[in-house]
Amino acid sequence: MKDIHIKFRIGKSIFFQAFAILLSVSCVIPLVAILLYILDAGFKTIRTNGFQFLTNLPKPVGEAGGGIANALLGSIIIITVASVVAIPFGILCGIYLSENRKSRWAYWSRLCVDILQGVPSIVIGIVAYFWLVKPFGGFSAFSGSMALAIMMLPIVIRSTEETLKLLPDSLREAAYALGMPFHRVILKVIVPCGISGILSGVMLSVARIAGETAPLLFTAFGNPYVSMRLDKPMQSMPLLIFNYATSPYNDWHDLAWGASLVLLVWVLLLNILTKIIARRWKVQF
Amino acid sequence: MESAILRSVNYNAYFGDNHVCKDVNISIPKNEVVAVMGPSGCGKTTFLRGINRMHELIPNATAKGQIFLNDEDVMEMHPIFVRLKIGMVFQRPNPFPNLSIYDNVIAGYKLNGIKLPKAERDRIVEHSLTRVALWKEVKDSLNKKGSFLSGGQQQRLCIARAVAMEPEVLLFDEPTSALDPISTSTVEELFHELKKNYTLIIVTHNMQQAARVSDRTAFFYMGELVEFDDTKQMFTNPRDVRTQNYITGRFS
Ligand SMILES: Nc1ncnc2c1ncn2[C@@H]1O[C@H](COP(=O)(O)OP(=O)(O)OP(=O)(O)O)[C@@H](O)[C@H]1O
Ligand SMILES: [Mg+2]
Repeated sequence: MKDIHIKFRIGKSIFFQAFAILLSVSCVIPLVAILLYILDAGFKTIRTNGFQFLTNLPKPVGEAGGGIANALLGSIIIITVASVVAIPFGILCGIYLSENRKSRWAYWSRLCVDILQGVPSIVIGIVAYFWLVKPFGGFSAFSGSMALAIMMLPIVIRSTEETLKLLPDSLREAAYALGMPFHRVILKVIVPCGISGILSGVMLSVARIAGETAPLLFTAFGNPYVSMRLDKPMQSMPLLIFNYATSPYNDWHDLAWGASLVLLVWVLLLNILTKIIARRWKVQF
Repeated sequence: MESAILRSVNYNAYFGDNHVCKDVNISIPKNEVVAVMGPSGCGKTTFLRGINRMHELIPNATAKGQIFLNDEDVMEMHPIFVRLKIGMVFQRPNPFPNLSIYDNVIAGYKLNGIKLPKAERDRIVEHSLTRVALWKEVKDSLNKKGSFLSGGQQQRLCIARAVAMEPEVLLFDEPTSALDPISTSTVEELFHELKKNYTLIIVTHNMQQAARVSDRTAFFYMGELVEFDDTKQMFTNPRDVRTQNYITGRFS
């Protein structure tokens, strides 16, 4: 082969590499821009309002010193209730799917879970509205939690299933050969060995629903006051951001940015926690 | 063979329609080492897993016939009791990766929720590890995870785990095929030691190993038990032509 040909090939390869780098950089730019903008706007809110905006209640327009305490508390309550419902169900269902890979019932459940994962959150909100809000005669935090729990389920189920499926069969056999009954094989061997993957899925599902707005619009509805009652409307972070950002007042815009920053940090912390758990509790074979 | 500890009567095993073990009749005397040999796919593993009712864990797998452990039919007992009396060691070492060496040895008690006083647990761990010639090597690292050991050590740990339950019979499915020669000979020496207290059934592809460690040898071919005899007799003067062909290497 002539020198010129080889040079031409090298040039082509360099061109391709440069092109790939350019493209990957250009798709990172919007992400970084969004992050920087939220950080900037959020910190401005903290600078003008101080950290009290986390613990203060909303104030009427024009009055200084408003805060997002009701939304923060509401989000924590709604998500906790959703987790309490969705996590045990999700893990059990994931265990079932991984232990009965070939059964017909598992096939259909798996299909349902996959479809559920693709259902738009607004649709889940409507379902919760017709099943829980209307029959019980009013918006409630509980119905919001249920809508979010339904959104968490597929994530927890599939991550549990995928984690447990990867565990070698030799592990189950070792346990059965010692005369262990099924429930102990699951609880004492299979789940402990897959715990890092299961917990990662749980964390990611919590991070995923933390910012969901659509299912809460017509379930938890929102509340300008601090409320701890699950049967009454409750404020939440995404709803507060939605309401304040669409209002015509600058003070409220600032609070919306502050709340956005809090939500962002929340999701970031959960993701970091997930990575730590995955590494720390990983079972080495 | 009046003191047979394990006796199968017309044992048949299937995977769906695939008839894998065909009318196996065998009678295994107490405190002996029995080698099970035969070409790949002839049903050795299936038969071995039939003995402690592991076969039925596979979907679609069924079995017929009887297997007597001390005149009690294993097929009629609850599988959990069977597996407590008949221990099993697998081809690949499979210690529980989430447990320490100590907990691996007493896994049969711990994971089954059987509470024992600390002194008793210590005794079982030391005794079992000594039996498998691992105590000296690991006694200072009992709290380390079992998966940090070498392959040969892991396999001995798995044997200790089975021994700790004080079973009557120990089943080994190609226990040394994943081990290097030195670990293999350590495990082989163990068999001599273990047969004082247990009856061992060992599936192996290695004829030298069968000759070295076993008292009797069973030869399987296409799911049938073709020949079962004294190991020396079997290797020097096999009665069945299929056995003869196998040990002279005429088919694999
Ligand atoms: N899990 C399974 N599902 C379906 N069929 C199986 C399964 N395991 C084994 N078989 C079938 O049973 C037959 C006997 O298999 P088995 O594992 O008992 O052979 P083996 O004598 O142990 O062979 P090897 O020496 O290769 O380990 C094989 O023909 C195989 O097709
Ligand atoms: Mg086999």
